[in-house]
Amino acid sequence: MAEPLLDIRGLKTWFKTDDGMVRAVDGVDLRIDRGETVGVVGESGCGKTVTARSVLKLIDMPPGRFEAGEIRWQGRDLIPLDEAEMNKIRAREIAIIFQEPMTSLNPVYTVGDQIAEVIALHQKLSTKQAMAGAVEMLKLVNIPNPERRVTDYPHQFSGGMRQRVMIAMALSCQPKLLIADEPTTALDVTIQAQILELMHEMKDRFGMAIMLITHAMGVVAETCQRVTVMYAGKVVEEAPVEALFGDPRHPYTQGLIRSIPRVDRGAEKKQRLEAIPGTVPSLLNPPQGCRFASRCKYVMDVCTQAMPPLKEVAPGHRVACVL
Amino acid sequence: MSRQYIIRRLLITIPSLLGISIVLFAILALAPGDPFEELATNPAVPPEVRAALRAKFGLDDPVWTRYLHWLGAMIQGDWGFSFASRMDVDTLILQRLPTTLIVIGSSQVIAILVALPVGVLAATRPYSLFDQIANTLAFVGFSLPTFFTGLLFILVFSIQLDWLPFVYRADIAGSGWPWLWAHIKQSIMPVMVLGLFQGASLVRFVRSSVLDVIKLDYVTTARSKGIGERKVITKHVVRNALIPVVTLVALQMPIVFGGAIVTEQIFRVPGIGSLLISAMLANDTPVVMAVTFVIACLVVIFNLIADILYGWLDPRISFR
Repeated sequence: MAEPLLDIRGLKTWFKTDDGMVRAVDGVDLRIDRGETVGVVGESGCGKTVTARSVLKLIDMPPGRFEAGEIRWQGRDLIPLDEAEMNKIRAREIAIIFQEPMTSLNPVYTVGDQIAEVIALHQKLSTKQAMAGAVEMLKLVNIPNPERRVTDYPHQFSGGMRQRVMIAMALSCQPKLLIADEPTTALDVTIQAQILELMHEMKDRFGMAIMLITHAMGVVAETCQRVTVMYAGKVVEEAPVEALFGDPRHPYTQGLIRSIPRVDRGAEKKQRLEAIPGTVPSLLNPPQGCRFASRCKYVMDVCTQAMPPLKEVAPGHRVACVL
Repeated sequence: MSRQYIIRRLLITIPSLLGISIVLFAILALAPGDPFEELATNPAVPPEVRAALRAKFGLDDPVWTRYLHWLGAMIQGDWGFSFASRMDVDTLILQRLPTTLIVIGSSQVIAILVALPVGVLAATRPYSLFDQIANTLAFVGFSLPTFFTGLLFILVFSIQLDWLPFVYRADIAGSGWPWLWAHIKQSIMPVMVLGLFQGASLVRFVRSSVLDVIKLDYVTTARSKGIGERKVITKHVVRNALIPVVTLVALQMPIVFGGAIVTEQIFRVPGIGSLLISAMLANDTPVVMAVTFVIACLVVIFNLIADILYGWLDPRISFR
């Protein structure tokens, strides 16, 4: 098998707080191959975003720190790199878009300035050439009237349009990996579909890989080839998308899939949407055994003693459960 | 930024200045005291003379007639006549105003030049040694009132060390570099006293403003672009953080003038502040009215500058 584009091994990103160490990401393995779309799912606070930001080293240190693990980017570990070397990778090789398009753009500069800034920096172009590049990018993400809109400020764009601008900015240097941190969560449903469609289109065009962080299982089913399910800072299941939806092994994954609202077994059949009872354990003092044990309906004695390691149950399908 | 925005701001200053002048005039009219008081106790001046003088200056008219009279004259450039100094108020003010503006202006410039980098540096390294020292000094700076630091400076730099003169003289003879140097030397202490006080609170404000901005999403976006940390701070953080700072500087202008009046008294600076104090003591109402009105105008002008700066810093404002 060829060398993966991104290979995260045993990553631990911890945060020092007044109450102790918060183990936000506690031993995560994640692999992304070239041109592949990998979904990272899990509920709020499970460490998805921290994992994503760790890749670009956008975590404030302190309070955060890399406790252990490697982030291998095309074979090279990113963790020991200094800021100057990271800055050569950011945007040029790995780009990121965020959850909140409303606040992700600087309100005092025009969108053109903000896109051109990346282009001028990484492609060593003059401001004028970079501006032309910015117009080109806006056209690519289907913003009407790009020549005129390029001199507009972010507040003159709607949320969906701003996310398009963010995508234009992220793709302006043709990165090999786009990290999309809940790119559609803050948008309304029709716009969500448009943005996902756009990301697809861009992926086909540039052949980049996408790490799609989301808690919407429906989005995952539609867009991803492989899925990693995270729970309380750990990976609990990893599988190709068909296997995950067809044969979910971990009780948490099963719960997630059952909690997707479905029209065909909705209100008429008086079937209630299933929720996973309980809440995520504190990451300050995580339980010793399986972190899902307190909410799992199949819980056994062995579950509270040690966290089961990820084991392969089918080709490419790994799960961290004793079942 | 549009021209309309500036014109609109300029037009708003007219009603505010009118309002200010009405309030000032009403308060002065209510205040006890008579500019011709000393004539009443002087046996050589018959009471009729005093009454005639009062009538001549319109002091017995109802308040609103006097106000309209004052306003009409003011608009035509006649600022009134000082009873105490026996000269035109405008000449009096023009003599004193430049000194005050130089002292206040340079103290503000120094305060901003020091506070901006210190506040930004402190915020980018929160709780570091530099931050702790900057915070402590800032706290000391704005806890000490200017009349205290003023006296302290005089004690140390003039009396103990004998480096600087403690009386400000407007009539220094000479020319060229020695003359300029003498002026600078005597300005150092008043400028420092005012600048320290202003700079101290500004440091705290810049620091907290930068800390607020540095956590925002678009700063993370900027970092993810791979532009260096220095450029992230100077280009993406500072400009946004300055927006509330501009408000603070503008809002503090009245306090600055208040502080300047006290400081001018301490160092005997012949500025507009000491003119105001002596005019008040002499019940010289035309001068008091004119000086307070000039200060009000300056405050309004600084607010106008702040509004324009605002529109320049934040494109969302001028488009609204």
